[in-house]
Amino acid sequence: MADTADLSKGLPTNPEKATLEGKNKFLGMFVFLAGEVTMFATFFGTYLGLRDGTAGGPEPADLFQLPLVFIMTMILLTSSLTSVLAVYAMKKNQFQKLKLWMWVTFLLGVSFLSLEIYEFVEYYEHGLGYTSSAFASSFYTLVGLHGAHVLFGLGWILLLLLRYRGTGVTLSNAPKFYAFSLYWHFIDVVWVFIFTVVYLMGIGA
Amino acid sequence: MVSEATNTLKKSVFWDWMTTVDHKKIAILYLLAGTLFFLKAGLMAVIFRIQLIAPEMEFISGQTFNEFITMHGTLMLFLAVTPIFFAFMNFVVPLQIGARDVAFPFVNALGFWLFFLGGLLLSLSWFFGGAPDAGWTSYVPLASREFGGVGIDFYVLGLQISGFGTLVSGINFIVTIINMRAPGMTMMRLPLFCWTTLLTSILIVFAFTPLAAGLALLMLDRIFDAQFFIPGEGGNVVIWQHIFWIFGHPEVYILVLPAFGMISEVIPAFSKKRLFGYTSMVFAVLIIAFLSFMVWMHHMFTVGIGPIANSIFAISTMTIAVPTGIKIFNWLFTMWGGKLTFNTAMIFAASFVPTFVLGGVTGVMLAMAPVDHLYHDTYFVVAHFHYIIVGGIVLGIFAALFYWYPKMFGHKLNETLGMIMFWLFYIGFHLTFFIQHILGLVGMPRRVYTYLEGQGMDTMNFISTIGAFLMAVAVIILIINIVYSALKSEPVTVDDPWDARTLEWATHTPVPEYNFAQTPQVRSLDPVFYEKIHGNGKMKPAEPLDDIHMPSGSILPFFISLGLFIAGFGFISFHLDLFISPYVLIAIGGIVTFGSMGLRSMQTDHGYHISKETVEEMEKELS
Ligand code: HEM
Ligand SMILES: [Cu+2]
Repeated sequence: MADTADLSKGLPTNPEKATLEGKNKFLGMFVFLAGEVTMFATFFGTYLGLRDGTAGGPEPADLFQLPLVFIMTMILLTSSLTSVLAVYAMKKNQFQKLKLWMWVTFLLGVSFLSLEIYEFVEYYEHGLGYTSSAFASSFYTLVGLHGAHVLFGLGWILLLLLRYRGTGVTLSNAPKFYAFSLYWHFIDVVWVFIFTVVYLMGIGA
Repeated sequence: MVSEATNTLKKSVFWDWMTTVDHKKIAILYLLAGTLFFLKAGLMAVIFRIQLIAPEMEFISGQTFNEFITMHGTLMLFLAVTPIFFAFMNFVVPLQIGARDVAFPFVNALGFWLFFLGGLLLSLSWFFGGAPDAGWTSYVPLASREFGGVGIDFYVLGLQISGFGTLVSGINFIVTIINMRAPGMTMMRLPLFCWTTLLTSILIVFAFTPLAAGLALLMLDRIFDAQFFIPGEGGNVVIWQHIFWIFGHPEVYILVLPAFGMISEVIPAFSKKRLFGYTSMVFAVLIIAFLSFMVWMHHMFTVGIGPIANSIFAISTMTIAVPTGIKIFNWLFTMWGGKLTFNTAMIFAASFVPTFVLGGVTGVMLAMAPVDHLYHDTYFVVAHFHYIIVGGIVLGIFAALFYWYPKMFGHKLNETLGMIMFWLFYIGFHLTFFIQHILGLVGMPRRVYTYLEGQGMDTMNFISTIGAFLMAVAVIILIINIVYSALKSEPVTVDDPWDARTLEWATHTPVPEYNFAQTPQVRSLDPVFYEKIHGNGKMKPAEPLDDIHMPSGSILPFFISLGLFIAGFGFISFHLDLFISPYVLIAIGGIVTFGSMGLRSMQTDHGYHISKETVEEMEKELS
């Protein structure tokens, strides 16, 4: 089941799906993300059900600052773009470019996460602790879970970049970089929903 | 057992089973572990039925009773029936689709160990202040930090870990069935058991993730003082019920679909006919799987959601009866005019049909929202779901056990003991549960540990308990049968002892590690039967004989799961008085889990090859 594709003419155009193992990873990742969608949907539903339950504590409109969230959104969207550029380079067998764009993605992810931590600290100082109210708990849980996903993704890409720093694009690492990029897009899409449902609706309401 | 004779890498037996990634061995592990949980949960049922045998008994206390019914339900659904299904799926599905293994052998092993250690964590509750006691549904506020004891923490974290195992196994089965089919095995030639495995796995992906979310909320509420379910702090208890049943109703179909698949294999084999209406069977399960997400509120008719919602969910619930009815008729028509052989497997499968119909009829009765106020939380509901779960699922499992046993273990189970067991179980089952419909109608509430004399419940409860004894005796006879057959049965040497129809019967008995020396070419539905009629009785190969690539075993699945077990226990220990700080346990667990995952992604595993010569030798020896 290993690298059974014909390599006599160089790397195939879709190295991530050239082997059965690659195809399996590809499909498996999609199915996994489908499950993640329902999991996040549950947390979104819970947040929507509880966001008015502020129990006299701070309310969404008192806290959320659009400029900060906007910058965070832009950073994450850009990181999604850079991961596309990386995969694009991978398909053309340009390994240095792949690495470069993945490192950029990584750094953008780190800055997003730092801003999120800053944001949480800020809210905490405004009196929104995790246990302040049902709104607080569901807000921190939903957004924090997304943050945890970002953190996991950062660890993942770091591991891939370190391990494959000198190998070039191969049929066994292409599916892995590809799976990571799928995951990263997914995180990005979730953030778009958080941006809308949590922040825009929170400020508008 | 299965592959001892064929194991090419020499390892100690213990290490071999700890590190195995072979789907056939993982199947055996699932079967053993699932059976242990089944026996444990069954024993609890016998004990609380003794408590109910007469009014005002004091055999066990009310608290113990609550712990027993909670653990009984939780174990049976999550840790007994599901793993036993996974055992058969693991063993049979790759063979039925003509594959050498599942898509992700490593993940397959991971799924097993997560399930097993999660189950162990849940069971540890007995030694740390008592098992969970809020019912398998763990409704808040009963289960919230104010009212629920530390047992609920074990429930939440044990199920979280084992549920994660179920989820990754589900993903593995989906990818296996879609990507690993042999040439010619199109989707519309898939055996029904593979179809139902596929759909069950899809339901797992979409239902176990809301469960994971719900359990996480409850954990955060209980351990980290979040306020999701605390009304005074803006929380809402009904959210838990929604999340639980968005998972819970698909879960009941996760459990029943594989049983549908099993009897759809057994009935054609012993009717000597192809399954009647194969295409309509496939579409019926597709529709059932889809609808199972549209009905969750029928568990909440009495909560007060409002008449509109209740009506919509009543109607959507009743529509499930339509595809289910299609299936019932197809099974009957498969038997109709067939050359029937009523051995143990067949009689279990055939008796599935009428008992399942009874469960479906009470289901439709319950779906009538206004009348449900009468039935709700009475023994009528208990009778309903046991007709489905025992009369449907467990009968299906027994049929599958007798049917696939020779392929899995190399000998048949004894038929005489099998028949005795069947009759005891069947009679015991109806005695126990039929009468509970009436008990429910006269007003006996469920989950209550005793009742007063002279309310018209004494005799019926007595009969119900006697029925439970009969079922217990039947299970003991099954165990005797397993031991007896292991010692006394003739070994099965032929590939196809039942003269059956599907691809698993084209492999040798015992099944060699690589399943098929050459991937078979599938030319029809029921391929083995087709080759018997139109060919020479052997599958045509789709590839020349060559070296066979196999994945190598790994201990990491065990360690990944062990780490989560330790971390899970760490979270629980916030509510325990241990000598070691919870944070230490969580840190150790996290390091073990993430360290193992990191190791896994750093190592290059090329697997190993079984050489062509070895394959030829083994093939000669086995045929
Ligand atoms: C025609 C199909 C079915 C219908 C119409 C149906 C309907 C219902 C309804 C309305 C209830 C709620 C009763 C109440 O709490 O008042 C219920 C409960 C239940 N059903 Fe079914 N059902 C069907 C099939 C199944 C299947 C296939 C399973 C299992 C594999 C199942 C397992 C259960 C369980 C476990 C409960 C009780 C849950 C609890 O409250 O603890 N049902 N059913
Ligand atoms: Cu239901």
